[in-house]
Amino acid sequence: MIPVCRLDDLPAGESVRIDTAPPIAVFNADGELYAIDDTCTHQDASLSEGWLEGCLVECPLHAASFDLRTGLPTCLPARRAVRTHRVTVDDGMVHVHVATEVFAEVAAEEEGTAA
Amino acid sequence: MRTVTVVGASLSGLYAARELRAQGFDGRLVVVGDEPHRPYDRPPLSKDFLTGRSGEDQLALSDAEETTELDAEWLLGVRARGLDPRGRTVLLGDGRTVSTDGVVIATGASARRLPGCELAGVHTLRTLDDARALRAELAAGTRRVVVIGGGFIGAETASSCAGLGHDVTVVEAAPLPMVPQLGPEMAAVCAGLHRRGGVDLVTGTGVAGLRGTVAVTGVELADGRLLPADIVIVGIGATPNTDWLAGSTLALHDGVLCDDGCVTGLPQVVAVGDVARVGGTRAEHWTSATEQPRVAVRNLLAGHTAETVRPLPYFWSDQYGARIQFAGRRLDTDTVRIAEGGVTDDAPDEGGFLALYERDGRTTAVLSVDRPRPFMRARRELGRGVTVEAAAS
Repeated sequence: MIPVCRLDDLPAGESVRIDTAPPIAVFNADGELYAIDDTCTHQDASLSEGWLEGCLVECPLHAASFDLRTGLPTCLPARRAVRTHRVTVDDGMVHVHVATEVFAEVAAEEEGTAA
Repeated sequence: MRTVTVVGASLSGLYAARELRAQGFDGRLVVVGDEPHRPYDRPPLSKDFLTGRSGEDQLALSDAEETTELDAEWLLGVRARGLDPRGRTVLLGDGRTVSTDGVVIATGASARRLPGCELAGVHTLRTLDDARALRAELAAGTRRVVVIGGGFIGAETASSCAGLGHDVTVVEAAPLPMVPQLGPEMAAVCAGLHRRGGVDLVTGTGVAGLRGTVAVTGVELADGRLLPADIVIVGIGATPNTDWLAGSTLALHDGVLCDDGCVTGLPQVVAVGDVARVGGTRAEHWTSATEQPRVAVRNLLAGHTAETVRPLPYFWSDQYGARIQFAGRRLDTDTVRIAEGGVTDDAPDEGGFLALYERDGRTTAVLSVDRPRPFMRARRELGRGVTVEAAAS
């Protein structure tokens, strides 16, 4: 789980990029928060810099579009999905649960060793 | 239409094939490509592919699943060498012919060459094979590289070579690089990027010739100077591949002449991409090559020009760690205003900038360096209402 920013600092229509490896983009799409891998699957461009419209984000370089809910591309030139990540807000703080990390946490909890 | 032949298997040819199927063409689809490769994306060749940051698999424009869906006959590694006067037969370089009802011309353009291009160490950069050869030479230790031409290919290649640690000089015949595309103010910024990247920029002099007997040893400039070189990259533009159409009835003049709907003088022959002069303009832009096929295919299947296309010109370039994006139609008389960020000593400030080209109080074009978001907004505003118009029938 990665703290991103305060919810107040991510108003509707805005996005933020976090420097994970690979980087992740978090969007506030009209009040709903979404997180996806930040790098377009077509070529090297940051989707957090993209054009947000409803639940779609358009890549700023070649106009590939992704659905924030599923990560699936909705038009060319992208053909592969970006990963999606779960977002939660606790005490006004936005957190991203990185897709693989979630599995690790679940595994740790099952073993009873979660911190 | 029972058979449609797409001549050209690169970006616009692939997009045309996709559009044919998407728009309901279920007949025989033949795609002819002179290169042996499946469709691949060219822009990375001068950038991440050259530096080794990305590999060949990342260049692929399509995959096995789509190939199956398209259900096309791919004739790769064979050049088209003729189109009969009625536009019904495509002649191939190996003697075969393809009888066809419709033709999409998507043969692209070829890198211009200089006398002496046959010397070892002299390269152009247009195709995957070009890029493979150059990449292999660049991997063999530090070299003195001279890049002839300061346009997109020249600047990006110089940037990649400098990034790999080579000793790079760019020769540009004009007083500044990129003036025709960007105008003098922003061209000065491009010159600043070269300097910032540690590359020598020699401007205002042409090239008299290449020196060397077997391998290139240097570049002789028109002002008499000699630049020693182990590798020379010739980036002086491209010419549209229309030679094969000499025996056809199509009008050719720096490209295949088409109306605003990509339709040639023959209603069942359309042209797209770098080879097409659409409504008087031939754009060698990636985005044009992806936007024209939808309209071209619609008109091909309709049998007449039902729709026209006039996309807002857009291009980008990555050089020296800066991402330049430009959209619009500028004239030399337009004024340039920095609307966001700044430029110091002809180099972008940290965080880049957004520049607007203006004429009579309105914006005609927009350029950004590392400011993708405001650029996107400005580009959309510019493009509103000018992208696609239905033709008066």
